[in-house]
Formats: sequence, C-alpha cells, structure tokens
Amino acid sequence: MKTLQFILKKLTGALITIVAIAIANFAIFRIAPGDPIRMMFKDPRVSTEQLQAMRVKFGLDKSIGGQFIDYVKQLLHGNLGFSFWQKRPVADVIGDRIGQTLILVVTALVIATTLGIILGAISGWRNGSKTDRTILSLSLVLYSIPTFAMGILLLLVFGFILLLFPLGGITTPASGFTGFMYLKDVLWHMVLPAFSIVLWYVGEYILLTRSSMVEVMDQDYIVTARSKGLRESVILRKHALRNALLPVVTLSGVNFAFAIAGVIEAETVFSWPGIGRLTYDAVMKRDYPLLQGIFLLFAVSVVVANFIVDLIYTRIDPRIKTGAAHE
Amino acid sequence: MNILEIKDLKVYYMTKNGPAKAVDSISFSVEKNKTVGLIGESGCGKTTTARAIMNFVKEPGEIAGGEIIFNGRNILNLSDGELRALRGKEITIVRQEAQNALNPVMTIGDQIAEVILEHERIDKKAAWQRAEKQLDLVGISHKRAKTFPHEMSGGMRQRGMIAIATACNPDFIIMDEPITGLDVIVQRQLLTLINDLRNRLNLTALFIAHDLSVVSETCDEVVVMYAGKIMEKADVVSLYQNPLHPYTKALIHSYPSIRGERRKLKSIPGSPPLLVNPPEGCRFHPRCEFATDLCRTVEPEIRRINGHSVACHIVK
Repeated sequence: MKTLQFILKKLTGALITIVAIAIANFAIFRIAPGDPIRMMFKDPRVSTEQLQAMRVKFGLDKSIGGQFIDYVKQLLHGNLGFSFWQKRPVADVIGDRIGQTLILVVTALVIATTLGIILGAISGWRNGSKTDRTILSLSLVLYSIPTFAMGILLLLVFGFILLLFPLGGITTPASGFTGFMYLKDVLWHMVLPAFSIVLWYVGEYILLTRSSMVEVMDQDYIVTARSKGLRESVILRKHALRNALLPVVTLSGVNFAFAIAGVIEAETVFSWPGIGRLTYDAVMKRDYPLLQGIFLLFAVSVVVANFIVDLIYTRIDPRIKTGAAHE
Repeated sequence: MNILEIKDLKVYYMTKNGPAKAVDSISFSVEKNKTVGLIGESGCGKTTTARAIMNFVKEPGEIAGGEIIFNGRNILNLSDGELRALRGKEITIVRQEAQNALNPVMTIGDQIAEVILEHERIDKKAAWQRAEKQLDLVGISHKRAKTFPHEMSGGMRQRGMIAIATACNPDFIIMDEPITGLDVIVQRQLLTLINDLRNRLNLTALFIAHDLSVVSETCDEVVVMYAGKIMEKADVVSLYQNPLHPYTKALIHSYPSIRGERRKLKSIPGSPPLLVNPPEGCRFHPRCEFATDLCRTVEPEIRRINGHSVACHIVK
C-alpha cells in the first residue's frame, strides 16, 4: 500500500515537472532573439507579404497566449511541430534518430556502470592496497579526459593507425547487409564511439562506488557482519555493496539522461547518426521547432530516468518509502 | 570450569607519539554459566578488551602480547577460517548503539537467519523459522520479522541484536554496554530480558558497563578497569558492599543506587590519563585522595585481600 502511494506521489511529481518543462521550453524559444521566419528566408527577394503568409502558416502571427494554446494542443496530439530545415514533422525527424542514440548510450552506460561498480567495489573494499591505488589512478585519468578528446584518440589509434575499426557511421555504406550480418556490422561500428563514452563514465562510477564503499566499510553494521563470522564475500555483497550502491543508483539515473543529451560529442566525432548529431545540425541550421522538440525529449528523459531511479530505490532502500533515510 | 581465560593481555594502539597502552597486562577469567562485569570510565580499555576477545582489533591497534584461552584454544593463534567459525557461533557480541549496528537495508529476520545459515547446515526456510523463534524469545513478535531497523524503536533494535547474538546458542556472549543510550524504562526492560535469558539459556557472559548499579543486577563477578589496568576484581556483592580500591569506591559514589539509600553523589576529580604516557606508579594516583610517594613511583601488584584481587598499596 505504502509502495503504491509512493509511486503515485512520484508519478504526480513527474507529470507536474513535465508540464513545467513544456512551458519553459515554449518560453525559451519565444525569448530567443531573432525572427525565425527571417532566418528561414534570408533571400531579400522574399516580399513582406510572403513573410506574413509564412507567419500565418506557422501560427506566429498570433499573440503569445494564442501561440501557447496552439503549442499545448499540438503537444497533446503528440505533434512536436514542423522542422524548418528538414521540412518534415519534428516527431518524424527525431523518431528516425532516437533508436541509434539509445542503442549507443544504453550499451555504453551498461558497460560503464557494471565495470565501474565492480572496479570501484574492489578498490573501496581493499582501501589503501596496491590494487586500490592502481584502480584509483586509472579512474582519475579516465575521468579527466573529455569524451571528444578520448574519441579522437581512439579514432586515431584504433581506426586510423591500427585499422581495427571503422572511422565513422553506423553501417558499412552500400554493403546491403541484412539480419545477423547487419547487426554485427552495427556493433563493429559502435565499438569506438561506445568506448569513448564508457571510458569517461567508468572513471566516474569507479570514483563514486569506491568512496561510497570506503564510507560503508567504516559503518558499525560491517563490524556486526564480521562479528557474525560471515564469509568476506557475503559481507561484501550483502552488507557493504548493497548499502554502497545507493548513491550509485542515483548517479545512474542522472547519467542516463545526461548521456542522451551529452552524446553530442561522441556522435559528432564518430559521425554517428543519432540525436546528438541532430542537435548539432539543428543548432547550425537555426531549426527552432526541431531544437524545441529535442529539448523537450532531453528534459522528459531526465524526468523519466529520475522516476525509474525512484522506483529502483524503493526496491533497494526500505527507508525511502517512509522518508526515514532523511532523518 | 573456565570458558574464557585472559592472561596478561596487552593491546596497544600505535600512534605517532608511541604506543597507547589501551589494555596493559590484564588477566581475568570467566567461569561457565557466570556473568562477569567489566566496568570503568570511557576510554579505560573495556571495548578494546571485548574486541580482543573476538580477535578483532583494528589498525592501528594490535595485540601486543598475552593469551586469550577460549575452551582450551588460544584465540590469538587461530586462522581466519577458524575465527570465522568461532565468531557468531561460539562467541557473539551485543554491541552498543544498535541504531548503527544493524544493516539498514535488511529485515531483522534476515539478519538473524543469516547468522544461522552461515554456521549451521540448515535450509533457508528452517533458518527463517528459527529467526522468528528468536524474535519471540527476545520479546519481539515473530510477526515483525520482516520489519527493517528504521521501523523499530531503539529498545527493539537492541533486542534484535540480542536475538542475533543468541541465535546459534553461543558458549560465550559479550555485551558491550547493551543498554547505554536508551531511556531508563527501556534500560529496565532490557536488563530484565538479559537476566531472564541468562537463566533460561545458561549464558556465560562478559557484561561491559560504566555503571556499577547496572552490573550489580546482572553479574556474578566484577572486574574494575582503569586506564588499561585492572584495579579490583571481586564477586559482585562483596565488591558493592565492601569496595577496597579507592577507584572502586569513587565509582560507587559517583552513581546513584537504584534501590539503595539516598546519598549525595561524588564525582571523581580529574580525568583518565593519556595512555601514550601514563603516570608512573599507580595509574590512578593523580586522582586518588590517598596517594602516597610509593603510589607515585611503584606500580602496585595485584594482591588477594578479603577475597578481592586488588592493585593498591594503600589497602591493607
């Protein structure tokens, strides 16, 4: 019962946040300087009447209030607007790209999280040992190299010099691969971009898991677990790691959302046709409706990721439901 | 028969200024089915002694000498595997502040069942049933086996700790200030529970406290520690009615008696010495109103006087 109540509360919060985001999203692009219609038609031969006709077509002749009502109506119908640049509905443009980004980001984050937690846990468990120092220095180095720099480095070494992986794109052009061969081709193209993301995030996960683990190791309940005569592996898994993972779960949610938005660098370096590249192009082309749609997607993915984290929290931290963790 | 014999135990904490002698050559033993109280002010080495008994001294502390003979084996010579088999099964501990001593993300039932599963050949279901029985034993309904520590009161958590500590029928149980930090009513209930369990389970225990009146209700014998040394040892009635060592007397006068006559409380002036560089002679002499030149220079040996063991030059 408590769980249901908690979920409803969080769901309401998430919905309110999304509404607020939609309003902010609308406002940002009205406050932004410049006339989008003028941007679209830079040709001086386009007459004022023609421009006015375009304004009417895109509903920009109405008052801000009227525009807002239109915007909300469209949103409720799942209509994100019409891309100036691609001359297609924004939803279609984004829809074409979202899959590529998700597969890249999800794969990279799953690898980074798993690897980061394992290495961080070992490091924190053996705090002060040689293993710990090695892992710690490695993660500091990785964490301090930006994704685009790491991407260029990987591209140079493994793509250009060693010729092990392709230089960019998502498939081999004109290969005509289908089925399993196609999947293999995509995975092969994904290795470098994925690892440029993995290597950055893994450093962060190691650092957080490690510090969380070190803190947990000092807790009284670890002494209790030892005094029960439990095996070290049991103490590590059931007592230390379960408690140490709580902040890591929070980070994972935030990271997932940020990674979707932050994948711009990796996608640009590796010409990966995803949302990141699309954002970059949309900015370059001043495609406001498309940017507006992408922003909404980023914001909503942050909210959704946080909601999922809240749900996971109820499973792993019993104190959350009653709010006792904040005592 | 002695279950536990501590001989000349030394536990030092290594500091920049040299070793702090937290426990310095103490010896005492605990007989089967008896409870020995270990009392003294904070920082006198009680908890360090408790940790040493489980061979559990953490860096920068180390056991610098002595023997801890438990059921004929020296605990200090056991391998890690042997120690694991011992801890939680043969020797258990109830620690102070169960608030932090229980894992916040596991139910109390799981935390009890876990120790049974570790030490006995038993399946999960049977372990869980045992855990429920343990809860009933310590006065928490077995229906609450699935509650988490944060849903329990301080007294219940401490009962939970006792349920864990008694789950595998231990030969020896250490209670390290089990009622400290709880309100008096809960303290009373816990003392009643502990006494009840002592009789029902024939426990052999070391009961650590800083309060003589608590020890007087639960223990058969009392060991008084000061600055890492034993000052006096005697059976509880004799110690309470006829304390010999000036420190014991001072301790008795500094706490109100639960049932005894009303009297003015006296505090002990000064504070315990730094253990890196303890006073020469008797460690208590700077705070002792009877101290002589002999006390300031020569460390007193433990002597048997009127059935007490006492380390004091003054006592005749």
